[in-house]
Amino acid sequence: MGASIYKNKKLIWVFLLPAFLFMLVYLYYPFVQNILNSFQHIKYLGTAGGEWNTPWYSNYVKLLGDAKMKTALKNTAVTIAATILGQVGIALLLALLVSNIKAGAGFFRTVYFFPIVISATALGLLFNLVFLYDKGMVNQFLQFAGYLDRESNQLIDWKAKYAMFTMLTPVIWQYVGFYFVILLTGLSGIPADLYEAATIDGGSKWQQVRFITLPLLVNSIGTCVILAVTGALKVFDLPWTMFVNGMSGTWLTGTYMYSKVYSDVDYASAIAVVIVILGVLLSAAANAVFKQKDDYQV
Amino acid sequence: MKRKIGPGYAVIYAFLSIWALTTIFPLAWSVMNSFKDKKRIYSNSFSLPVGDAFSLDNYRNIFANYNILRAYRNSFIISGTVAAAVILFSGMAAYILCRYTFRTKALLTLLLYAGMMFPIYSTIIPVMRMQAAWGIVNSPSVAKNLLSVILPQIAGNMSFAIIVLSGYIRTLPVELEEAAFLEGCNMFQTYFRVVFPLCKPSMVTVGIFSFLWSYNDLFTQMFFLRTKENWAITILLNNIAAKEGVNYGALFSSVTLIVIPVLVVYMFLNKYIIKGMTVGAVKG
Repeated sequence: MGASIYKNKKLIWVFLLPAFLFMLVYLYYPFVQNILNSFQHIKYLGTAGGEWNTPWYSNYVKLLGDAKMKTALKNTAVTIAATILGQVGIALLLALLVSNIKAGAGFFRTVYFFPIVISATALGLLFNLVFLYDKGMVNQFLQFAGYLDRESNQLIDWKAKYAMFTMLTPVIWQYVGFYFVILLTGLSGIPADLYEAATIDGGSKWQQVRFITLPLLVNSIGTCVILAVTGALKVFDLPWTMFVNGMSGTWLTGTYMYSKVYSDVDYASAIAVVIVILGVLLSAAANAVFKQKDDYQV
Repeated sequence: MKRKIGPGYAVIYAFLSIWALTTIFPLAWSVMNSFKDKKRIYSNSFSLPVGDAFSLDNYRNIFANYNILRAYRNSFIISGTVAAAVILFSGMAAYILCRYTFRTKALLTLLLYAGMMFPIYSTIIPVMRMQAAWGIVNSPSVAKNLLSVILPQIAGNMSFAIIVLSGYIRTLPVELEEAAFLEGCNMFQTYFRVVFPLCKPSMVTVGIFSFLWSYNDLFTQMFFLRTKENWAITILLNNIAAKEGVNYGALFSSVTLIVIPVLVVYMFLNKYIIKGMTVGAVKG
C-alpha cells in the first residue's frame, strides 16, 4: 500500500526545484565562485574576476603577513573562548538553578531569552550608551557608588582601555538565554527517579550534579559548544555597531572581511575562505571532543 | 518527594533575579531616558521621566528627521516575503525528501546539510556581482532593491527550514496520506490539503525564525540597501547611530522605537518564538 502511493514520481521535481534552485544560485554557486575569486584580480565589488593573480595564491601570502588579520584571528580566538566559558558556563549555572525551583521558572525563561529577539544593531547602540565615556550607565553608576570621584568628574574610557571586554560583554550577554533554553530542555529529559535513588543513598546535592546531571547532560552541552563556536565566527552586527572599522584593535575575522570588501575585493574573498576553513575545522574538533562521551547517554 | 523550603531557595532566587535584572534593566533604562532631554540624561540617567522631566522632544526630532514608518514598511515587506517563501518552498521539498525514494536523494540530502555550513561572508561577493548584473542592485526602483535582499535571505534560511520540517513530517502518520490517495488525490492535493495543514506548528516555528533573522540581519542590508528610500529598520538604525553621534536623546528614542514592536510581539508569542529560535539550531 505505502509503496503504490509514492510510486508516481514524475512530478516530484516540481516540489524540489524551487528550494534547490534557490540554494544552487545563492549558496553553492557563489561559494565555489568565491574560492575562485580569491585567486583572481577583482577591481570593483560587483564586477567579475579577471586575470589570475601572480602567483595565483598571492592573497594567501599577503594574509600571512597581515598584522590586522593576526589581530582579527587572535580576537576571534578570544571570542570563541569567551563564548564557550561565558555563554555556556553562565547558561549551565542558570539552568541548574532553575531546574531546582518550581514557581517562576517560566518567567525566568521568558526574560532570559528576550535579548536574542532584539536586533544586535539596536543592542550595539544601547551598549554604546551603557559604556559611554561621557557619563554612560556604567560610569554614572560608578560615580554614584563612589568608586569614581564625582567632584572632579573622573570617568573610565571603556571603549579605548577595555575594548575587548566592552565588546564581548553584550555579545555574551545576548545569547546566554539561548543556551539556557537548550540546556533546560536537556535537564528535563533526565529521569527524576535517578535523583530519588541518589537521595536515598545519601548523595549530596553537589554529588547529584557532578555524577548524575553533568554526565547525562553532556550531549546538550556539546550542542551548545558547537553552536557557540560557529556562532562566534559569524558575529558581526554588534561589534560593527560598537566598534566601526575595528577601532581600538577589535578586528574580528568577519568585520575585517567586510572592511576589505570595497577596497580589495579578491583579498576579502580570501579572508572569507579562511573563515569557512576555520568553521569546518573547529566544528569538527568540537564534534570529536563530545562524541567520545556518547556512552553516558541513556 | 517533598522538598524543603529553606535559605537555599532564597540564594537561588537571588542569583536568578540578578541575571533577570541584567536583561530587563538596560532596556528599561533606554525607554526611560528616551523621554528625557540631554541635560537630564547627563545629570542622572537613573531618574524617572516624571513631571517636568518628561519630554517627547526626542521622538518629535526622530520622526521629523527620519522616515521611520517607511523603514518599518520596507522591513515588513522584506521579512514577510522571506518568511512566506521559506515556508512554502521548504515545506514542499521536505515532503518529497521524507516520503519518496529516488536516485538523487542522497546527493540532495548531502547538499542540504552542506548548505548550513556556508557563512554569508563566503557567498556575498559573488551574489553582489550576480545581482548587479541582473540590475536589481542600486536600481531606481524600490521594489527591485528590496528583492535583492529578499532573494539571498530566502536561500539562507532554506536548508535549516527543510531540516526542521522534515523532522516534523516524518512523525506524521502515513495513513492520512493513504486515505487521500484512495480518494483520488494527486501529489499536489495530498500535500496542500492534508500534509500542509498538519504541519502548522512547525511552519509557525520556521516562519518566526526566518522573519526575525531577516528583520535583524544588518550585514545583507548594508550591501543592498544603499539609499534612504530603500532602508529597512535595521540599516536605518545603523545610519541614525552614525549621524546622531552625541545626541543621546535621539539614540535612546530610536533604540526604543526599534525594540518596542518586537517586545510586544514577544510578550504574546514568546512560547513559539523560543521554540522557533532553538529548534532549528539544535536539529542542525
